[in-house]
Amino acid sequence: MKLDAKVPQGDLATKWTTYRGSMPLVAPNNKRRLDVIVVGTGLAGASAAATMGELGYNVKCFTFHDSPRRAHSIAAQGGINAAKNYQNDGDSVYRLFYDTVKGGDYRSREANVHRLAEASVEIIDQAVAQGVPFAREYGGLLANRSFGGVQVSRTFYARGQTGQQLLLGAYQALSRQISNGNVKMYNRHEMLDLVKIDGKARGIIARNLLTGELERHAAHCVVLATGGYGNVFYLSTNAMGSNASAAWRVVKRGACFANPCYTQIHPTCIPQSGEYQSKLTLMSESLRNDGRVWVPKKKEDAVAIREGKKTGLDIPEEDRDYYLERRYPAFGNLVPRDVASRAAKVACDEGNGIVPTGKGVYLDFSSAIQRYGKSQAFSKGMPNADQKTITELGTKVIEEKYGNLFEMYEKITGENPYVMPMKIYPAVHYTMGGLWVDYHLETNVPGLFSLGEANFSDHGANRLGASALMQGLADGYFVIPYTIGTFLSKEIRTPSFDPDGPEFKQAEADVRNRLQNLLDIKGTQSVESFHRRLGKIMWEYCGMARNAEGLKKGRQLIKELREEFYKDLFVPGTQDEFNPELEKAARVADFIELGELFAVDALERNESCGGHFREEYKTEEGEALRRDEEYAYVAAWEWPDVNSEPILHKEELEFKDIELKTRSYK
Amino acid sequence: MALANMNLTLKVWRQSNNKAKGNFETHKVVANEHMSFLEMLDVLNEQLIQEQKTPVAFEHDCREGICGACSMVINGQPHGPQRGTTTCQLHMRQFKDGDTIVVEPFRAKAFPVIKDLVVDRSAFDRIIQSGGYISVNTGQAVDGNTLPIEKDLSSQAFDAATCIGCGACVAACPNASAMLFTSAKVSHLNLLPQGAIEAEQRVLSMVNQMDEEGFGMCSNVTACEAECPKEISVDNIARLNRQYIGASLKSDKMA
Ligand SMILES: Cc1cc2nc3c(=O)[nH]c(=O)nc-3n(C[C@H](O)[C@H](O)[C@H](O)COP(=O)(O)OP(=O)(O)OC[C@H]3O[C@@H](n4cnc5c(N)ncnc54)[C@H](O)[C@@H]3O)c2cc1C
Ligand code: SF4
Ligand code: FES
Repeated sequence: MKLDAKVPQGDLATKWTTYRGSMPLVAPNNKRRLDVIVVGTGLAGASAAATMGELGYNVKCFTFHDSPRRAHSIAAQGGINAAKNYQNDGDSVYRLFYDTVKGGDYRSREANVHRLAEASVEIIDQAVAQGVPFAREYGGLLANRSFGGVQVSRTFYARGQTGQQLLLGAYQALSRQISNGNVKMYNRHEMLDLVKIDGKARGIIARNLLTGELERHAAHCVVLATGGYGNVFYLSTNAMGSNASAAWRVVKRGACFANPCYTQIHPTCIPQSGEYQSKLTLMSESLRNDGRVWVPKKKEDAVAIREGKKTGLDIPEEDRDYYLERRYPAFGNLVPRDVASRAAKVACDEGNGIVPTGKGVYLDFSSAIQRYGKSQAFSKGMPNADQKTITELGTKVIEEKYGNLFEMYEKITGENPYVMPMKIYPAVHYTMGGLWVDYHLETNVPGLFSLGEANFSDHGANRLGASALMQGLADGYFVIPYTIGTFLSKEIRTPSFDPDGPEFKQAEADVRNRLQNLLDIKGTQSVESFHRRLGKIMWEYCGMARNAEGLKKGRQLIKELREEFYKDLFVPGTQDEFNPELEKAARVADFIELGELFAVDALERNESCGGHFREEYKTEEGEALRRDEEYAYVAAWEWPDVNSEPILHKEELEFKDIELKTRSYK
Repeated sequence: MALANMNLTLKVWRQSNNKAKGNFETHKVVANEHMSFLEMLDVLNEQLIQEQKTPVAFEHDCREGICGACSMVINGQPHGPQRGTTTCQLHMRQFKDGDTIVVEPFRAKAFPVIKDLVVDRSAFDRIIQSGGYISVNTGQAVDGNTLPIEKDLSSQAFDAATCIGCGACVAACPNASAMLFTSAKVSHLNLLPQGAIEAEQRVLSMVNQMDEEGFGMCSNVTACEAECPKEISVDNIARLNRQYIGASLKSDKMA
């Protein structure tokens, strides 16, 4: 099999315009006869389903949630990027494109990223028209802030709830199409298999989670917008239900999974506090605009803090190591996520961590509070205000900017972050890898498309902050509605498919057997306990720093875990009822297989790039060492049968517009 | 830092499906103060699975107070004792060693129980579908900055828009009214200039749908505001009422 990215000819800057102007169209009367299945109602899925409904396609949309509005996108905090250049600080489509390719450590496909940067501008307009209440300046115009890895201010936000507001916008657009009858919505339905007819994706098997009934749904094509696989680590910032099964099931049906080892570890999360912990909570990257990251310079101070004998407030300024500002003076606290996370790990590995487990650093707002306080006092005509007034004024500014995040922190930790510096540590957050797709967002299975975090396409080896929301909405509102036409224009004479056909019946029987197998194990251990153990293996051997030996060992341990899972799992109940344990069991079974492929991919990539850091490949200063000559490719894995070895397909990456450079944020 | 264990007695509502008659079951759980309430329930469920019993079904996803999935009544209060806090963000430091905690589903005619603590809140989706949107197709928008919006107004709309659709307001209300939820969406959209054109139709349709779903009448008890984890203000209800009356008078005249 040869992977063809199908990137259109022509100049980078005009490819997308040319494509849109010359692609085949589907006439309105034909659209009504074409059935499209969309799985997922996050930013990518909801925007795609709504837009394709508006265009007149017959859309069926699925989510395992009880409502489309609960998709994991709802939790995104910090913001969404767009090359509007409203701040007049030199931003442009090209600069956003450039920053994204560089931020991704030169492992993404240029043409897709450029298109993303172009679409970014339209997303903001669309969201505003839908009533998304973005932050505004006093003059009534849209406000912006900066995010890591860039030197312009291009992030649009709605306090710390940008994902919520954007998702509600897309959900409302989707609701409108549901009420118009253009989209038929299936809540509490989980896709458990893909149905192919003559090699093309023509439907899915979905389980009605309330009754357990398996349903066969046919369509002319299938779009997966099912999110990322960060929960392969068990502990992550993802919602508890986020899972990889939809993507993994289509891998079993021949789709390729690209770059599974590219994982983003977010530098600012609340540190783990105990073994019972079920998830980790993100503190938005936007906090690094005003928070300064540090650890004590002296080990004895760090030890005293860990033992509860001192607090951060007891450490004088000269004994603090603001290690990001020291190591990366040009970007300081705003270096990209992968860089910031590794630096935190180094500081803690050296013994300077400040929480009992040793795995935590400070994020301190006291300088910002003073700075804002002074400027507020000055503008209020109180140039000689006392310390207390300044602190109060400054605290108000911080509260206005990050109030809900500070509140969330206090609820979880019981500490007041306006006074005590926050404690943070890196945690798994986002997965850049995903289903391999071409320029049309189509996988190597014809008629099967993938959008949002579920695909691999735009972020290379590391995603910049505020770019996932942008990508999800670009894919859903502005890309798939066009590119799907290229596929469907050839299908206008294809009649609707019969969901009672043999391919559907076979796939349904496969699903039924798979679920029954899980129930029939009747062992002694819970699904959750297996998931936790998988997560520990992943974090230990495939986490922030990896090496060949560890990856081999990790793979072996995952294989052993899989065997034990199929021997000793206990799932209560039956498949013909509402059974959340059974749902989880099927997802964890898939995570175990995906985890193994993850280790294989990380071992195969003998270089360090972005979120993939191999200890064997680093510069003398400890920075990631890319090996462009050998590894400037996308690793797309075919693995229909776990009892054989995965097959690697390479998509060579060409950089025509950007020169490959070592990333430097110094 | 050694954490003291908390010994708790839980009285949990068990109901195998919508038709079954439910009852309270009593369980002992050992927790600690750093756990979230849901992590404490995870401990209970792990215990039940070890005994090869059926775990307690409850809804949850983000576990950070934003998806609106978690939904239970704890000691008589939707989302428990802490103000402005969802169940998933409630931490065990709000309870004491030796406490007995009663856990039940949200109860309302329009939210039928599915299993244990899980209820069906799809009525909320249908209220949104009846008009909780601005009718604009993808691609029709003009540049975002061509429409300046006063910061305070935008901020007011935002406050209403932070509703997470959890349904605690309904569970808290003696009439099981959905006025706080509905008025939050009406306010979010009707306050903004983008939403003004459809404002009257929106309020009429959404209120009508709310009634059809079997939610009760609002009699200004304001228990909803007290229990709402996002502290959505009852001012939104007053705003909805004004707009509803205005819109009804107008539509009567036109009829
Ligand atoms: C805490 C947090 C904060 C973040 N903050 C930001 C930010 O500030 N800016 C930014 O750009 N990005 C942010 N991100 C990343 C961003 O939120 C996600 O990458 C993005 O929202 C993913 O959207 P999606 O539509 O691809 O998938 P999701 O939102 O994950 O949606 C997946 C959908 O698929 C459905 N689904 C999955 N599998 C199945 C199945 N088998 N059957 C049926 N339905 C299925 C689910 O029900 C859901 O509807 C953040 C992420 C986290 C975790
Ligand atoms: S108004 Fe408050 S209580 Fe009611 S659904 Fe919204 S967030 Fe929940
Ligand atoms: S689990 Fe999402 S709000 Fe509680």
